Amino acid sequence: MDAVIEVDGLRREFRRRRGARLAAVDGVSLSVRTGEAVGLLGPNGAGKSTTIKMLTGILVPTAGRVRVCGLDPVRRRRELARRIGVVFGQRSQLWWDLPLAESFALLRAIHRVPLDDHARRLEECVELLEMAPFLATPVRQLSLGQRMRGEVTAALLHSPQLLVLDEPTVGLDLISKERLRAFLARSNAVDGVTLLLTTHDLPDVERLCRRLVVIDHGRVLVDGSLDSLRRRFGGARRLIVDLERPCPALTGLPGVLDVTVEADGLRQQLAFSADQTSAADLIAAVVARVAVRDLLVVEPSIEDVARTLYTS
Amino acid sequence: MGERLAIYRGLLAASVRSQLAYPASFALQCLAQALVQLEDMIVVVVLFSRISTMGGFTLREVLLVYSLAGISFGLADLLVGSLDTVASLVRTGRLDALLLRPLPAMAQICVSDFALRRLGKVATSLAVLGYVLAVSDITWTPLRVAILLITPLTGVALLGAVWVAATATTFWLVEGQELPNAVTYGSGMFTSYPVSVFSGWLLRLMAFVVPGAFVAYYPALAILGKPDPLGLPPVLRYSAPLVAVLAAGVAALVWRAGLRHYVGTGS
Repeated sequence: MDAVIEVDGLRREFRRRRGARLAAVDGVSLSVRTGEAVGLLGPNGAGKSTTIKMLTGILVPTAGRVRVCGLDPVRRRRELARRIGVVFGQRSQLWWDLPLAESFALLRAIHRVPLDDHARRLEECVELLEMAPFLATPVRQLSLGQRMRGEVTAALLHSPQLLVLDEPTVGLDLISKERLRAFLARSNAVDGVTLLLTTHDLPDVERLCRRLVVIDHGRVLVDGSLDSLRRRFGGARRLIVDLERPCPALTGLPGVLDVTVEADGLRQQLAFSADQTSAADLIAAVVARVAVRDLLVVEPSIEDVARTLYTS
Repeated sequence: MGERLAIYRGLLAASVRSQLAYPASFALQCLAQALVQLEDMIVVVVLFSRISTMGGFTLREVLLVYSLAGISFGLADLLVGSLDTVASLVRTGRLDALLLRPLPAMAQICVSDFALRRLGKVATSLAVLGYVLAVSDITWTPLRVAILLITPLTGVALLGAVWVAATATTFWLVEGQELPNAVTYGSGMFTSYPVSVFSGWLLRLMAFVVPGAFVAYYPALAILGKPDPLGLPPVLRYSAPLVAVLAAGVAALVWRAGLRHYVGTGS
């Protein structure tokens, strides 16, 4: 499998007052293979957007080597533009005063997509993203959710190898978010589009990305699969049990790190280490001691992972 | 090449459709542009009720310069006038969206707001030109006819080049829209009158550094067969095409440097 993105020792400094220099990106190395879905995560100002700008050729790196689709992004920006799709939430690719459908037609011409290819892809996007009701509406009258569906379609119509998304779900309601995530997941799985997205919305990452790259202060803190990150940084899984009758805290069970009692003892949360006990053993131990009405095992959330990472 | 032209034709048509989304506003703007051009000309005519020549030019001769400059200004404004959005494109980051498409940024900006209302100014100027040519007794030679026909083209190239270069400075001075504005409207005003009415540093700057004298003044001298009131070599009146090519080259270099600066600094 070819690498779609190859970044080695990427660095970008910005000049501050009195000649002081600040490195927004400080030695990032990264390799993304065809078909991967990578989440770029990090607090504000961590260097995510700066990295993306350098990957798409709209910002010159201070140092380091970048290849996207085998091209030097800044030198061959326009050529690269044919091979990648980019969605910057705030920087629309659509024509404000024209019906949404006309933006798609113009982008088809700009990217020189054959008419029948275009028609097929557009029809697919319109159906999956349910855009038919507002195709004839001027973009300025669309809701944010409708517009973002248009933006993502606009970025995908020329069949890019790589789709880069900067905060694609910011400001969307839950239904719009989920619809967009499902569509992106499908583009990745079915069409094989490589995804790179930055987000603050951790469910985006959980839903879409098998691999996470966490950036802070311009450096890569962690680069790994979601599961491995959960294991390393996520801490405990939790077993939530609803009891038939109120009970005192269920202490002393093997592998349990912490017990929280809620609803006067009717609900208890047992945090347990996956290394020391399995969920099945723990449930058996609980059921042996008390009468259980309902139970639920909760994986450590990506929020927990992120919180641990940023503060460590 | 043909394919590329088709793309721009599509983009232009889209821009025009955007304007026609507000038809009443569009019609009013056309009318306003035409009236402004007419209004300025009336000032010239009124002025000539008090004076008989302006910088060595009679009223009709001034109107020839004025209409030639107006045509070039209107057409240049039509072609590259949208560049006045560059500062805001930079500030809002929308320039990035243009850079992420496989077309040159300048071409995209120029066709993004192809303001047909500017044809209002061209229309008034053409009418005045027709009138002046009809009432003046110019001895027409093939060379003079050729100069008359080529002057709008060289004028567009010259003014366009000056504006492109001036606009490119906003890549360095993002809050500095005043400079390109001053150059744009300044060059419009300056080229509309015989440059011989100006003097000193303003004349040298606007006539020859910013080559405003070649937009309408020297071509008008050539058409009229009139000696240069400034007393400069006669070859200048035939130099507009050469100067236009040079100016366009310089403008392209400045624009590229500006864009490179933008991509280099990531403002």
